[in-house]
Amino acid sequence: MNAPVGHYQYQTADREFLASRIAEFEGQVQRRLSGELTEDEFKPLRLMNGLYLQLHAYMLRIAIPYGVLDSRQMRKLAHIARHYDRNYGHFTTRQNIQFNWIKLEETPEILRQLADVDMHAIQTSGNCIRNVTCDQFAGAAADELMDPRVHAEILRQWSTLHPEFTFLPRKFKIAISGSPHDRVAARFHDIGILARPGEHGPLFRIFVGGGLGRTPLVGHELFDSVPEADLLMTLEAVLRVYNAYGRRDNIYKARIKILVQALGIEGYRKAVEHELSLMNPAHYRLAPETVAAIRARFAAPDLTASPDAEARLRNDRQGNIAFDRWVRSNTHPHFAPGRIAVTVSIKPAGGIPGDATSDQLDRLADLADQFSFGELRVTHLQNVVLAHVAQDKLLELWEVLNEIGLADANHELIGDIVACPGLDYCALANARSIPIAQKLSARFGIMRCRKRSANCASISRDASMPVAIIMSGISACLVLTNVVRSFSRSLWVVAMMHCHVPVTYSGRPCRKMIWLMPSPVSSIAI
Amino acid sequence: MKQFDLAPARHPAPANLEVVPVAEMTESTRAIRLTPDFDVETLGTALDHLDLIIVTFPIFRDGRGFSQARALREYYGFSGEIRAEGHLIADQAQFLRSCGVDNVLLDDRADTTPWLRALSLFPVTYQTRLGLR
Repeated sequence: MNAPVGHYQYQTADREFLASRIAEFEGQVQRRLSGELTEDEFKPLRLMNGLYLQLHAYMLRIAIPYGVLDSRQMRKLAHIARHYDRNYGHFTTRQNIQFNWIKLEETPEILRQLADVDMHAIQTSGNCIRNVTCDQFAGAAADELMDPRVHAEILRQWSTLHPEFTFLPRKFKIAISGSPHDRVAARFHDIGILARPGEHGPLFRIFVGGGLGRTPLVGHELFDSVPEADLLMTLEAVLRVYNAYGRRDNIYKARIKILVQALGIEGYRKAVEHELSLMNPAHYRLAPETVAAIRARFAAPDLTASPDAEARLRNDRQGNIAFDRWVRSNTHPHFAPGRIAVTVSIKPAGGIPGDATSDQLDRLADLADQFSFGELRVTHLQNVVLAHVAQDKLLELWEVLNEIGLADANHELIGDIVACPGLDYCALANARSIPIAQKLSARFGIMRCRKRSANCASISRDASMPVAIIMSGISACLVLTNVVRSFSRSLWVVAMMHCHVPVTYSGRPCRKMIWLMPSPVSSIAI
Repeated sequence: MKQFDLAPARHPAPANLEVVPVAEMTESTRAIRLTPDFDVETLGTALDHLDLIIVTFPIFRDGRGFSQARALREYYGFSGEIRAEGHLIADQAQFLRSCGVDNVLLDDRADTTPWLRALSLFPVTYQTRLGLR
């Protein structure tokens, strides 16, 4: 078996499943085109296949399970962008990619092409369990306790076309991390899971009821130490309580966080424990053999590096300020000596956050082949990670990234803006967020020498501010409880979230998080 | 209305049973119709004299009926007939069958072809591959 590095190797049954799924969707598209299905009936079916109807066109969101893909898959995405869209794709905060200008009648063909490289768009939208997200440095980070990808894959399989949980009150998001530095925002998910090794196998700490959106809430700990065998049983019980009692009368109150808030975490735990008492553990047990079989379908890369790799990198950094700055902001320590994990910024100053052209996607695939065992990860901050780069090759990689415009040294700094698509695409939006994100990153995100400064080492500090800007173009998404200030001149609503709970932004304690909600008036002015 | 079988019923209910809303059930009732918000646990020993339970879907997006049917089979061992009624679409055929529903009630004019086709897709589910149920 020639398994890919970093993600699960499909087997015949997975491919047969996808073929069936495409056949099913093709039938649904035909029934819609012929008028047999109404738009109301077609909507949840297309949503289950990642197809949204936006302001101007259909948008197709393609699943990248736990954010990991290989170079062959990345090249296919470039191909789809080039031939079926407008030559670019947009990485999303669920570690997926979406194409904004898709034709309905072409979607079955696109899905067939995706299936050729074991990809699909299943459950990337709709009121079902969405793409399970995972630490972008899984299997690489020096601080990791346990590689969460095998269990992320198990969750993917368990949640795919789940017979009972495909018509939930609302969408449902699960994230899993294996690091004490939660890099997945576990407490801002419907279910957040922190995995760690235990004496008798893995243990899972489970949070429930967190989320952002119009009612930002921090998730509560439901259980501290769920053993591996009981993981799926526990999740089934959580979902079952939600499916039965989650509100269906008001879309804004339908997420699990509202139910957890209504019952209280003790009440929710009691309801889950009651479900567990009715369930037969033998029916739900996740057997060690099952886990081992899935683990075997992940290839382990040979991470040995040249003994002088670290010394070479130290040397390369000296005398190259720009490279040194990029290494400081855009790399993460690897557990293997001589290796380093790289975050490729998809946030060029003045650019659209998370957008990459088909040429850039192709070049990223080439770089993955050349520097990281053909493996790439999409992060929940809409960047791309090459996880296993040899340190003595880092300068060479950076030089190529410079050539293709993806070498901004802004990871987790002010230029690393997360912006929703806003009124440029989204039918729910009432303001344009993208142009403002572009203006902000152009203003703050560029490293430049101070004017009249003789010493170029004295660089404007703006660009190195560790401030997270998160921008929404949907007024419903911005109701924060803390300091909310309205700037009457600019008509922007700015909210500073001072964190009373241990909030982390991509693994680091967050000092400042700025939420911006441009008003419709100000975005028209821009 | 016509009945479409998702699977052979384990114990088919006799034809022409009088179906009563669950709220009006008496000791002699043999067939009931649930509302989606009904907690099936409260049926208790009444299950022993029921031959038919109907789960209802006011709109197909409302998935509570799936959990009710599954709980009846799995938690309370109900072996009589379970029927689904209301706004259902063919694409739900396999989910209904997996949750223990025997048949669905369709409009007389409804085309059963998509239902038959839906049942033939996905011979192996991910859940069974993981060893669940």
